[in-house]
Amino acid sequence: MKKTVFALAALAVVAAPLAAQAHRAWMAPSSTVLSGSDGWISVDAGMSNGVFIPDHAAMRLDGLIITAPDGSVVSAENEHRARYRSTFDVHLTQPGTYKIANVSSGFFASYTLDGERQRWRGAASDFPAALPEGATEIEGTENANRIETFATLGAPTRTVFEPTGDGLELAPVTHPNDLIVGEPGEFRLLNDGVPAAGVEVTVARGGSRYRDNPGDMTVTTDADGLFRIEWTEAGLYWINASVRTPAGEGRAHARNVQYTATFEVLP
Amino acid sequence: MRVLPLALAAAGAAASPAMAADLNVSVEIPRIATASYHRPYVAVWIERADRTSVGTLAVWYDTALPAGEGKDWLKDMRTWWRREGRAMTLPADGVSSATRAPGRHSLTFSGSRGALRNLPAGQYTLVVEAARELGGREEVRVPFRWGAASPAATQRGSSELGAVTVSVTR
Repeated sequence: MKKTVFALAALAVVAAPLAAQAHRAWMAPSSTVLSGSDGWISVDAGMSNGVFIPDHAAMRLDGLIITAPDGSVVSAENEHRARYRSTFDVHLTQPGTYKIANVSSGFFASYTLDGERQRWRGAASDFPAALPEGATEIEGTENANRIETFATLGAPTRTVFEPTGDGLELAPVTHPNDLIVGEPGEFRLLNDGVPAAGVEVTVARGGSRYRDNPGDMTVTTDADGLFRIEWTEAGLYWINASVRTPAGEGRAHARNVQYTATFEVLP
Repeated sequence: MRVLPLALAAAGAAASPAMAADLNVSVEIPRIATASYHRPYVAVWIERADRTSVGTLAVWYDTALPAGEGKDWLKDMRTWWRREGRAMTLPADGVSSATRAPGRHSLTFSGSRGALRNLPAGQYTLVVEAARELGGREEVRVPFRWGAASPAATQRGSSELGAVTVSVTR
């Protein structure tokens, strides 16, 4: 019994890389600003404590959606899953901005059976039918996670920023492929399409292995869901925010939504 | 009562293009001793006092590669790419051409053509940016006055560019 609980808990951690206390999930594009008539980028995707350092687990790419500037969905090429990172290529054939997103959702439940607390993970549609008979004190939580990065061939465009209205999303004011040191970046966070106010956003710069202090920053969204980041150093940045909404007020279950993006800031 | 006509007069003066002037630019590409020397990509453009861009005067890149592959590295002139290049279609007549060898290159841009055409009189900055394969990147900025003859002004780079000289002749 103990063993089962442990195994399930471990599974939950692996499957839910975005739980607040878990490792950081990241995508690292090989470049984000491209010139020429077409271009290729390679993206690494993993989960680890130090962002962009593949030393823990590869990211599952089941929810990978690459949106081209014209709104069409294009396929990743040369997908490969290594031990510590997944990789794939994106062929940029249209001028403009591509969005590379890994979107996942799921349902967690905890319940008591025979006096012991248990966990269950699955699709929302299987809940609560999939729980064993006799389960009590059932608590369900919906999860919606979105991990994104952007790359632009030629001049930046904004068609891929159209929000879906589901979960936590970014509505950029400053274009994420137009970031340089000395010019602040401004972005809006939306929760189910509505500005997310008072949300803490973690900002971490890559390359932490080569300095003593990781130097993570935290900024908070204002009443309009806006947050600003002062870029003092060039590099690849990891941006992360999450919101938990408890059950009640028309919600049968609690809802956890999380957004993660990778931005490249040029010197 | 008095402010409006004055403002209009000022706007009118600022908007009047400087006629029949030439912008003379000299760009020095330094000789760099390295086993694998490639001629730099170079962009020359004009900025207003608020650093917004007026337009590109010249872009030198590898135009000889098949399938326009030389354009893949235009982004390495990263300031020009962000301000100007990414919105341009290249090759561009009278603007883009092949890379140039080390030495001093004298360029004359007519006030009746391209970015200088109808350019209001005023204070501007000429920017030259160079990026070299297996080398570095450098930007040299030279302020100049457009609308009257302006004596030569020179600024020097320290790595990828030598002297950049700008003068205006009428």
